[in-house]
Amino acid sequence: MEIVRREKLDPVEAQREFRARQLRAKQMLRGELEGAELERHVEQGVITTTLERALDWARGNSMFPATFGLACCAIEMMTMVGARLDIARIGSEAFRASPRQADMIILSGRISIKMAPIIRRIYDQMLEPKWAIAMGACSSSMGVFNNYAIVPADKFMPVDVHIPGCPPRPEALMHGILRLRSMIHDDPALGWRERYNAEGTEEILGGITPDRDAAVNVAGSGDTAGA
Amino acid sequence: MPDATGLELLAQELAEAHGDEPVVQGTAHFRGKGALHVQPGAIRSTLEFLRAKGYGFLASVHGLDYYPEEPRLGVHYELIDMNAVDRLTVKLRVPTDAPEVPSVVDQWPTADFQEREVYDMFGVVFTGHPDLRRILMPEDYEGHPQRRDFPVGGEPVLFTYDEAHDRDYTQ
Repeated sequence: MEIVRREKLDPVEAQREFRARQLRAKQMLRGELEGAELERHVEQGVITTTLERALDWARGNSMFPATFGLACCAIEMMTMVGARLDIARIGSEAFRASPRQADMIILSGRISIKMAPIIRRIYDQMLEPKWAIAMGACSSSMGVFNNYAIVPADKFMPVDVHIPGCPPRPEALMHGILRLRSMIHDDPALGWRERYNAEGTEEILGGITPDRDAAVNVAGSGDTAGA
Repeated sequence: MPDATGLELLAQELAEAHGDEPVVQGTAHFRGKGALHVQPGAIRSTLEFLRAKGYGFLASVHGLDYYPEEPRLGVHYELIDMNAVDRLTVKLRVPTDAPEVPSVVDQWPTADFQEREVYDMFGVVFTGHPDLRRILMPEDYEGHPQRRDFPVGGEPVLFTYDEAHDRDYTQ
């Protein structure tokens, strides 16, 4: 289908155009439109896409973060739900209290060697598809705490977005979240299984191999074994 | 604080209380603060002696590494006399090949976690401690990270970008 960009109409003109389309919609519902007129109305009013694209769009616009703070970056992370930045605008709504309900985990702060298995466990408890953001210098490269006690997040779990800063400004975190969102719209798997040699760890039902390299939690058609 | 003279008197009294045993190795008065150097084996009787003198509060137990001096490891006991508002440090030194100090936990219960921390970070073994385990580091951790010959740097960082481009991420 061809995409037609229209000139912006002046307000009076736009109002008239809107009225006309309303009228045509009414006529269509009554079954009064026929032939070329009906075709033209449908072309104007309907978007076609694939189910996968629609699914990616929905996932990218509804990634709920897990309630999880590690250190000082967590204080900056809290502004995400405040009035100024407000991730509810992009569908991230609220920090979920359980990893089972969360799609995204923000590693906000330094991760000690003792904390790493706990974080890994929380990440494993999240349902696929799931994403991780390493926020701040510590969780990416250990930052100023480059010593015996700290371990970078990449060592024990896949990370999709690294946000630099000590701590990153809330705008930087917002940029990272929006970046992740557009990445999800493009490809929900983000290719981390290939990067981390983790093929075959997909959580899928009944031994079905997904036909695309995506970390999605979908069953094949007709097979609901184990569901 | 005991002044320099008071510290010497205290040291003399402590030495006399132990008879012929050479318990006190020295005294130090630095920046208005007194310190007694004692034999590691006599730490329990020393602290009891000082408790009778009024130092009834063991504020903290520290570990130190005097590398490259020998004996390398040190343990400091900070004592406070709450009535006289007075403070005294008791110091001892042990070598790394036999870092054994008698535990004072049964006399000073507050020393429990602090001795565990000194053990965790410096590897000083407190004999007679009821539960001498690591307290901060994971239980399977190897080495004592606050010793000065322990490497300063942490883990080499893995950046997935470098890995994907076949670059050595530790560089």
